[in-house]
Amino acid sequence: MARAAVPGGLSARRAWREATLVERRPETDSAVTLVLDVDGWPGHLPGQHVDVRLTAPDGYTATRSYSVSAPECGDRVELTVQRVPDGEVSTFLTDGLAVGDAVRVRGPVGGWFVWRTGQPGPVLLVAGGSGVVPLMAMLRARDPGAPPFRLVYSVRGPDEVIYRDELAVLAATEGVEVRLVHTRRAPDGDGRPVGRLRESDLAAPGWTGEDAPTCYVCGPTGFVEGAADLLVALGHAADRIRTERFGPSGP
Amino acid sequence: MDFVTRGFQGRPRGRDDRLPPGQYLTGDFPVLSAGPTSNVDHDEFELWVATEDGTRHAWSWAELMALPAETVTVDIHCVTSWSKLDTEWRGVSLDTLLADVETAADFAMVHSYGGYTTNLPLEDLLDGQAWVAYGYDGDDLRPEHGGPARLLVPHLYFWKSAKWVRGIELMLEDSPGFWEQLGYHDYGDPWREQRYQGD
Repeated sequence: MARAAVPGGLSARRAWREATLVERRPETDSAVTLVLDVDGWPGHLPGQHVDVRLTAPDGYTATRSYSVSAPECGDRVELTVQRVPDGEVSTFLTDGLAVGDAVRVRGPVGGWFVWRTGQPGPVLLVAGGSGVVPLMAMLRARDPGAPPFRLVYSVRGPDEVIYRDELAVLAATEGVEVRLVHTRRAPDGDGRPVGRLRESDLAAPGWTGEDAPTCYVCGPTGFVEGAADLLVALGHAADRIRTERFGPSGP
Repeated sequence: MDFVTRGFQGRPRGRDDRLPPGQYLTGDFPVLSAGPTSNVDHDEFELWVATEDGTRHAWSWAELMALPAETVTVDIHCVTSWSKLDTEWRGVSLDTLLADVETAADFAMVHSYGGYTTNLPLEDLLDGQAWVAYGYDGDDLRPEHGGPARLLVPHLYFWKSAKWVRGIELMLEDSPGFWEQLGYHDYGDPWREQRYQGD
């Protein structure tokens, strides 16, 4: 495993920077995209995350990590935040932070769960819920001539699909496939019976273990465990499966 | 305070003095790994220690089970900011495993099934600070939490407590492991908030 090059020198990446909210875009009832203007941002790779720090008047701080949802673009950093029930930071970011307000961010963080432009080979993205966020940054960074991408995106119901319209456009693009998996409520006419992700959702011509795509799996712990096990069972090599998990796991 | 997030109050304070800076409490047990969960059978399991001159010591699962075990209750701190207090583990102290190992090494590289590595100073593995743990909360350690056996070094951020532990390579010179090559801190003391290189 080689030492990975990621944007920004160490001191640049660990400095806390003021980040001003310039735009909010609701994505679903519980998820919102925040566009931040970060002075001197060193840049990032698709799949990386940032630390966001909120500071109260008495100096108390709360810090959480959020994936970046769009490729590098100057001082602009886009995050998509899913509201977590009772979440100290996520509820403030989704409901309290207004355009013009500032938080502090540092990063980018994480050099493993990344896709680099020019990286050879097909890319299989497997998302559960808001796990789609770092994968969307990879999809958005893909050039028309790049190797094929396939996104398998598991949601409880149609109302929870983040980036719905843009995914529909991407799915019509040469070299990109998008498959939605509904676990509890499917839209009318969806041929797939509702239920958790299964092998048949991941198995597709051109996407077998022998085709050796790099697999990126992101979502809640239980989802990632299940999806990674399915990929291994389908013959994907464990060292081609990269995972990113968030949220609590059951006992 | 030179910077305040307008409108942010945060949770009621009453901070627990067992919580390192920047950490929050969780009652759950989150999982973080770089790839799929490794499934290692007991009959293929082997734990090894290799010294700087190539001498190798090894224990089968049965041999590991036959070593004196300890039950310890410790607080654990993940670099992603969650902490969990009073977790109960059962396993073998590294003082026991390393008792008869002759070495001049100052550092260790811990290797896992699946290829994960992490580096630590050897002294942080000694004197009752580290275990190879195979039990959690009165049960076998589940695979997603590192079973059949993981390293447990609770005084450092939890990525140092390598899951699916397979071997400990003793080294004369330090060398970065998996996350350490990717920008995480070489030592990882939660009380000094050593999350990333340079912290």
